[in-house]
Amino acid sequence: MSNTPVDNSRRRFLTVATSVVGGVGVVGAAVPFIASWNPSERAKAAGADVEVDISKLEPGQMMRVEWRSKPVWIVRRTKAILDALAGHEDQLRDPNSEEDQQPAFAKNRYRALKEEYLVLVGVCTHLGCSPQHMKNGQFEEFVEGVPDGFFCPCHGSKFDMAGRVFQSVPAPLNLVVPPYYYIDDNRILIGQEGEVA
Amino acid sequence: MKKLILLVCLLVPGLASAAGSEYPLDHADYDLTDKASLQRGAQTFMNYCLGCHQMQYQRYQRTFKDLGIPDDIGQENLQFTGEKVFEHIKNAMPVDSAKKWFGAPPPDLTLVARVRGPDWLYTYLRTFYEDPSKPFGVNNKVFPDVGMPHVLQELQGLPRETSEEQLVDGEKVMREVGIKTDGSGLLSDAEYDKVVLDLVNFLVYTGEPVTLERQALGKKVLIFILVLFVFVFLLKKEYWRDVH
Amino acid sequence: MWKNLLDWIEYRIPMMRVANMHAIQYPAPRNMNFWYVFGFLATIVLVNQIVTGIWLTMNFVPSAEGAFASVEYIMRDVEYGWLLRYMHSTGASAFFIVVYMHMFRGMIYGSYQKPRELLWLFGMFIYLALMAEAFMGYVLPWGQMSYWGAQVIVSLFSAIPVIGPGLVEWIQGDFVISGATLNRFFALHVIALPLVIVILVFLHIVALHEVGSNNPDGIEVKRPKGSLKEEEKTKFAMHEYYTNRYDIIDDVVPFFPHIVLKDLVAFTVFLALFSYVMFFNPEMWGKFLEHPNFEIANPLKTPAHIFPVWYFTPFYAILKAVPNKLFGVIAMFAAIAALALLPWLDRGKVRSWRYRSGLHKWNLIIFAIVFIFLGYLGGTPQANWKILASQILTVMYFGFFGLLWLYSKNESTRPLPTRITK
Repeated sequence: MSNTPVDNSRRRFLTVATSVVGGVGVVGAAVPFIASWNPSERAKAAGADVEVDISKLEPGQMMRVEWRSKPVWIVRRTKAILDALAGHEDQLRDPNSEEDQQPAFAKNRYRALKEEYLVLVGVCTHLGCSPQHMKNGQFEEFVEGVPDGFFCPCHGSKFDMAGRVFQSVPAPLNLVVPPYYYIDDNRILIGQEGEVA
Repeated sequence: MKKLILLVCLLVPGLASAAGSEYPLDHADYDLTDKASLQRGAQTFMNYCLGCHQMQYQRYQRTFKDLGIPDDIGQENLQFTGEKVFEHIKNAMPVDSAKKWFGAPPPDLTLVARVRGPDWLYTYLRTFYEDPSKPFGVNNKVFPDVGMPHVLQELQGLPRETSEEQLVDGEKVMREVGIKTDGSGLLSDAEYDKVVLDLVNFLVYTGEPVTLERQALGKKVLIFILVLFVFVFLLKKEYWRDVH
Repeated sequence: MWKNLLDWIEYRIPMMRVANMHAIQYPAPRNMNFWYVFGFLATIVLVNQIVTGIWLTMNFVPSAEGAFASVEYIMRDVEYGWLLRYMHSTGASAFFIVVYMHMFRGMIYGSYQKPRELLWLFGMFIYLALMAEAFMGYVLPWGQMSYWGAQVIVSLFSAIPVIGPGLVEWIQGDFVISGATLNRFFALHVIALPLVIVILVFLHIVALHEVGSNNPDGIEVKRPKGSLKEEEKTKFAMHEYYTNRYDIIDDVVPFFPHIVLKDLVAFTVFLALFSYVMFFNPEMWGKFLEHPNFEIANPLKTPAHIFPVWYFTPFYAILKAVPNKLFGVIAMFAAIAALALLPWLDRGKVRSWRYRSGLHKWNLIIFAIVFIFLGYLGGTPQANWKILASQILTVMYFGFFGLLWLYSKNESTRPLPTRITK
């Protein structure tokens, strides 16, 4: 046993320094484990942009396509449906799409690039169920005076034909409008806004 | 103790040198950092190999990215089968007919360099030779009776086993001196070797696309560990002063 | 506030008491040298295997159709998947390296002798479980070596008279190694065996802390109560669990910080070696990841040379050395059983080879060399000279135990020191 006095400050410095370097190492070692949870190349490939042909869509009809494994609805809205959108705005939570749930081009009453075609991610903003399309008066059962809309069977959230959420339902936000653009009059590309690749 | 460690050190290299192949393999001096070589190799693969062999674990897009090829240029020049850029490198050959034509379905080549080794591939692709007794009219030195035609014949020409007269113990005898092409190919021997080397380089890349990333990260990690070692070592010495 | 919370917890569960007793104020001889770091390293590798293993199962597909492709998916499509996979595959080999060192340490310093027989036995059970774990893990990537290695190892059970063939089908869940086999091996590899190993490691450590750590001198550092003068006792604070029962000599340091820091130094060196292999040579020239295993399993085509992974090859060489199927299998298992019986085969009273006869030292050294050579023979292609060589080495392997039993009864040993030597 030596009787050299203990140099406490050196000891403290080395302890702190080693702990810091070791801590950096632990954080660094955690990176691959955390990063591996990101969507893989396969998921990204499956989530690539989707091209949709809308030439066969009849007025009033809805089609569903898969984008990033989520349902995307494309509804061809009739004049009547579009006109009805203004009628119930006092019953909506966010009639002017103030919340960031859509690309800038859809921040309006119709929430669409071209009024006629509504493009929405068909996933309820409450807990992720896919709402049902109620048309030709079916929706009156849920909101008086509104003939068409979307109703979520899981917890009863209600949305109008622009995907705007009604008041006093569990869903807090309007339905999401995905980024998309028109390749030409008959084709939509879902996943990107505008021509920039 | 020290003697023991020494003995272990002497023995370990013996463990590492595994079985040697019968035919001497040429060394493939490939270079994964040579993007141009990898691009040429990819082109050779897509033009000559993909007809029969797939790379079902490797995606076009990843390949283009790692080889420094923009997606649109890659799709135009290296993708012939009309898939999307993020899809795997596959061909349309049905497995059943492949079995009928070749006796066995042509193996997937994604990992072939990790199975066979680069030297084996480099030698294999350069040692086809004429053998009329075989179904495809060729045989191979490192893979005898291989069920594969000499796909690169238009580049190399048709190689033949050649013999030379040599003096052995004062007597003239015919000795086999290897295989020589008949010169009907588009390329000289040296050019052909280079094409094969580029292809091998590409196959080594697809065997493990992360090789370069792995080594780069490894250097950083080792430097970090060295720093950590210095601190831990000093701390240990500091506390053990109580004891010694 | 903080202290109140700790007291509140301590009153209900003895966290600090256990930590103090087993991880802080645990008396450890100060002369624990290089050979004494491998237990700590083995624990680290175990943690590495469990954590990376959990992460690999997140993307691995345990089916004959999907396993091989899912491994390549991990290697290519999952972010840092390649690193997680190499950490696991390199860790498997590293585990055996540190465990073999740990076992040899026990042999040279007589750590299996009374009163550490159970400690040694728990260790041997860990080793057995580890071999089963490694074997089943190697099947999962479903490459050629996975498949044919499994074929050979499972076929060993067919050597058992009468029930053998039925037993093999039962283990396989099919008439050949198949997806059913892969699935059950997956379940055992990721849940059952890790659980068994963790429990055994816990028991191993409990047993160790009950009898105390051995040291390179092989002398007891805990003396009968009242036998030491005050200045002969350790000046460090040790837990009363130990001091109430024993007098602890001055050559003892607390586990924390002294031993922990020593282990951490060893750990960083180990980490550097581990990283070097993982980042620059993960295949280790086909020893850690065998080349034929990069080809998908093909039940119709056996690779030209099949070997188990390097850590099994010494026993594989013993198997091949015996020209009779049943006796080959018996010899192989006997080779492991003999190690487990060491505490009873060694009849000596002196533990460390430092104070034992020259014969004993040479017996140990030759045993280590024989083991390595057997590994070489079991891991390289068959050749005629190798059959005879492996037969001679097999006899030498068992000869170690026989000789030990013979000479240890009346071995001429050197006198033991009363205190630990510098």
